[in-house]
Order: sequence, then C-alpha cells, then structure tokens
Amino acid sequence: MWLRFILAAVPFALFLGAVPWVNRVEPYVLGLPFLLFWLSLSIVVTSACMAGVYRLDPANREEAEQ
Amino acid sequence: MIVSLALMVLALGVAVYLGIRARGRSAMSLERWAVGGRSLGGVFVFLLMAGEIYTTTTFLGISGFVYGNGGAAYYILAYVTLAYVVSYWLLPVLWRYAKDHDLVSQADFFIRKYNSRGLGVVVTVIGVAGMVPFLVLQLKGLGIIVAEASYGAVPSSAAIVIGGVLLTGYVTLSGLFAAAWTSVVKDILIVIVVGFLGIYLPLRYFGSFGDLFAAIEAARPRFAALHTDDLGVSWYISTVVVSTLGFYMWPHLFAATFSAREESTFRKNAVVFPLYQLFLLFVFFAGFAAVLAVPGLPAGQADLSLLRLAKESLPPVVIGLVGGAGLLAALVPGAMLLNTTSALIANNVYKPLRPGADIGRVARLMVPCVGAVTIYLALNDGAAIVNLLLLAYALVTQLAPALFLSLLPRNPANDWGAAAGMLAGTGAIVYLTVNGLSMADVAPFLPSPLLHLNVGIFALVLNLAVLALVSLITFRRSPALKPEEIV
Repeated sequence: MWLRFILAAVPFALFLGAVPWVNRVEPYVLGLPFLLFWLSLSIVVTSACMAGVYRLDPANREEAEQ
Repeated sequence: MIVSLALMVLALGVAVYLGIRARGRSAMSLERWAVGGRSLGGVFVFLLMAGEIYTTTTFLGISGFVYGNGGAAYYILAYVTLAYVVSYWLLPVLWRYAKDHDLVSQADFFIRKYNSRGLGVVVTVIGVAGMVPFLVLQLKGLGIIVAEASYGAVPSSAAIVIGGVLLTGYVTLSGLFAAAWTSVVKDILIVIVVGFLGIYLPLRYFGSFGDLFAAIEAARPRFAALHTDDLGVSWYISTVVVSTLGFYMWPHLFAATFSAREESTFRKNAVVFPLYQLFLLFVFFAGFAAVLAVPGLPAGQADLSLLRLAKESLPPVVIGLVGGAGLLAALVPGAMLLNTTSALIANNVYKPLRPGADIGRVARLMVPCVGAVTIYLALNDGAAIVNLLLLAYALVTQLAPALFLSLLPRNPANDWGAAAGMLAGTGAIVYLTVNGLSMADVAPFLPSPLLHLNVGIFALVLNLAVLALVSLITFRRSPALKPEEIV
C-alpha cells in the first residue's frame, strides 16, 4: 500500500521538486542539455514507477482473475 | 505547389471517407453519438487520447514556443506525464460513477455529485469557455499549415473558413466514431512526419543533436534551460501544477473517458502513455534548429518557424505530406471538441429550458452554430498558440477543486460554494488576462520567486477560498441524491 504511493510520488519529486537543482545546460548527456535530459529520463522513470504500481495494485489482480 | 496541395486534399478525403464509413447503419442515439456507445476498446481509447495529445499545438505551437522561449517549452513534457500518474487513480473512479449513473457529459457528473442543475449550467459555461479558445487554436493552426504548405496559394483566412466548414459537416454526420477512425490515420502520419522533421532538420543543418545544442549555447547562452525570470523555475513549477490539475477537467477528455469499455484500460494506459511524451523531443529538436536556421521571425510569427524551416530545406512533395498530417492533427481534436461542446450545450443548457425537446437533434443543430463562432474568432484573434492554450488550461482548471472535493467520502463543499468558487476563479483569470496583469500586479508583497507564478495558481487559491467561505455561509451539506432528480 505505502510502496505504491511512494512509487507514485517519485514522478512529482523528479518533475517538480528537483527542477531548481537541475535547471542547467551543462553537462550535456547524450547531446541533450542537462535539463532536457533530466526530464526525458524522468518520463522513463515515471513509466517504470507506474508499472510497479500496476503490479502491486490488488485491483488489477482481481480483474485478471475474473 | 500543386503536388503539396493535392496531397493535402487527399489526406482530407481519406479522413472524411473514414468518418462517414464508420457511421455504420444503425440509428444514432445521443449516447452513441457522443460517447461511442461505451463500446470502444483499449486500442481506440488509446488512439483517441493520443489524438488529443498530438494536435496542432504539438505541431506548431510547441516548436513555436521553443523558437521564442527555449527551455520554457519543456513544461509540456512534465504536466502531461504527471497527469497520467493522476489518471491512474482518478479515471477509474470517474468512469465507474459515470457508468453507474448513465452519464454522458462532464456537467452531468457535477449535477449528480452536487445534486444541482444550476451547477451543471455553470460547469457547462466554463467548459465551453475553455474549449472555444482550444478549438480556435486548432483552426488557426490549420490556417497556418494550409497557407504555408500550399506556398501561399490558399490564404490562411480561406483555409480557416474551409477547414471550419468541413469540420462542421464531418462532425454532424458521424460524431465520435469519426474522430476514432481518423485518429488512426492521423497518428501514423504525424509520427512519421514529426519524427522525420525532428531528425532530418537538425542533422542537415548541424550534423548531430549535440552540435545543435552546442551551437545554441554558443549563440544564446542558457537558452535551452529555464533562462528568464518571467518563464523561470517558479513559472515552470506553477504552470505544471495548474496544467496537471486541468488536464482531465477538459469536458472532451472527461467524456472520452466514459467511452472506455473497462476501467483497467486507464490503469494500463497510465503505464504506457508517459513514454509517448518522449516523442515531443523531436518537436523540440526541430524548434531549436529553427532558432538558428531561420532567425528573426517576429514574436507573432514564431508559430510559423517549423514550417518555414521545412520549406527552406525540403521539396514540395514532403511539404504536402507535412501539410496533410497537420491538417488531420487539427481536424481530429477539432471534431472531438466540437462534438463535446455541442452535446454539452444541448444537454445541459437547452434541455433544462425545454424538457421535451429532441436533444439528439438539438446537439446536431448546435454543431454548425459553434463552428461558425469558432471560425469568426479564429479569423479575428492574434494570440500565439501556446498562449491560447495556457489561457484555456487556466480556465478549465477552475473546475478541479470542486471535482476533487466531490470524490471525498463526505464532501465538505456544497453546490453554492462550488459554483461561487468556479465563477471567482474564472472571473479572476479573465480579468487578469484581458488586462495583461501578472502575479507582481495582484500581490506585489510576495517574495521575488513567487512573483513569477502562473496566475492560474492565484485564481485557484481564490477559488478555494470563495468555495470554503460560501459553503460555510450557506451551510447546506450536499443533500442525498434523489433518483427522480437524475438528469
């Protein structure tokens, strides 16, 4: 239960909380300015977090069994 | 020029053909017309919602915003992704409630939850007020695309009128199924076109993405991050918050939610949809390439930057494809917006006034009326696409406090409070926008980072304060729902 909400809070920390510290152009990662790289990475992490939430959520298990 | 025009006409022909064919032979009830008979499966809901994300805004607005403001445009990556996180919990709740009570529109939801038809009218009016700028920006984008991609053969004003008329006819004939089918074609085309432009243009001019950003940094230091005070970190955070809250307050997205077959669709989508956002990187790349390759477009014409750059470097055949994709990118969401607006007005404004009327017919008759208003506004409005988008978001976000409170087991707000809060919030937005005021004007005593907050935050705070105050004064708990009062 708690793990699910922690997983769901991660995207908010990445996209909102961290931005004052990652608002910079350098270092470039994969050729991208750092802020753009950070936000792109956050998208991938968000998807992974939500996949975790999906697996942990009992609602999905019930529906699969039906 | 002839080639590019022919390709655009072809794209349009396919869209209209698919739309009319999808209509089928069975009779149209209002429910089927507006929410596709609640029978659309995961793939279609996916495409419909994707159709919502990849609109003219993607095409022109974001690249134009990058062209004018650099890194500030990244906010779009953030709010859409966070909205999907919220959707995991929000949409199944909305869907279940709508299904249990046979609701077709967003206003129905508020009417049921607060047991107040008056609130339904307020919600409808705010929803329509938010959707009209959204519809206007689709038509404006359409005008820009057709005018640029036809190399000036079709002037932008004529394109707006033709596009508006076609859109109206198309929606009148086929409703939501039209949007779903065309969405398939549109998505394939737009993925190809945007991917191609986002890779080809930077590579052609700069050699690699790294070289592109290095060149940007050399010419305009910090341009690719949040580099100004006005559009800085506090603007970014507040805008993301306002837009995340607003995302599912759109009447058309709300109604599209009802068209899913099962609630697990939404939970699956919340896992997959964020990745779809990565696709916007291509639009950013194209926008940044335009900054250096076609410099000096005046502020009012930043939305043209992507197409200007494409025209300088590509043959008319490719421009025709770009134009065709852009055309569909405006028509699909346009169809959905027009559809929802008309159904809303018929159901929630007209029906309470004339209870016996044939609502399906009224909804179909509303389509041309709304279409005409939109064409008129699109011809007479000079705002940039993203500014129209931000205004529209700030307006619909005002529905969020009352919606989220209504999901609590015991709603502390009542219908009077909800309506007063919404009106105060939207009133503040309209007043501030019309007079061009910012946070610094309404609350100069705030410490300096807070002076650059999105004014939508101010309106939300005002909304909540008024909601709390009026709910306390009128002190009527939302009464228990009486079945005979269901609309």
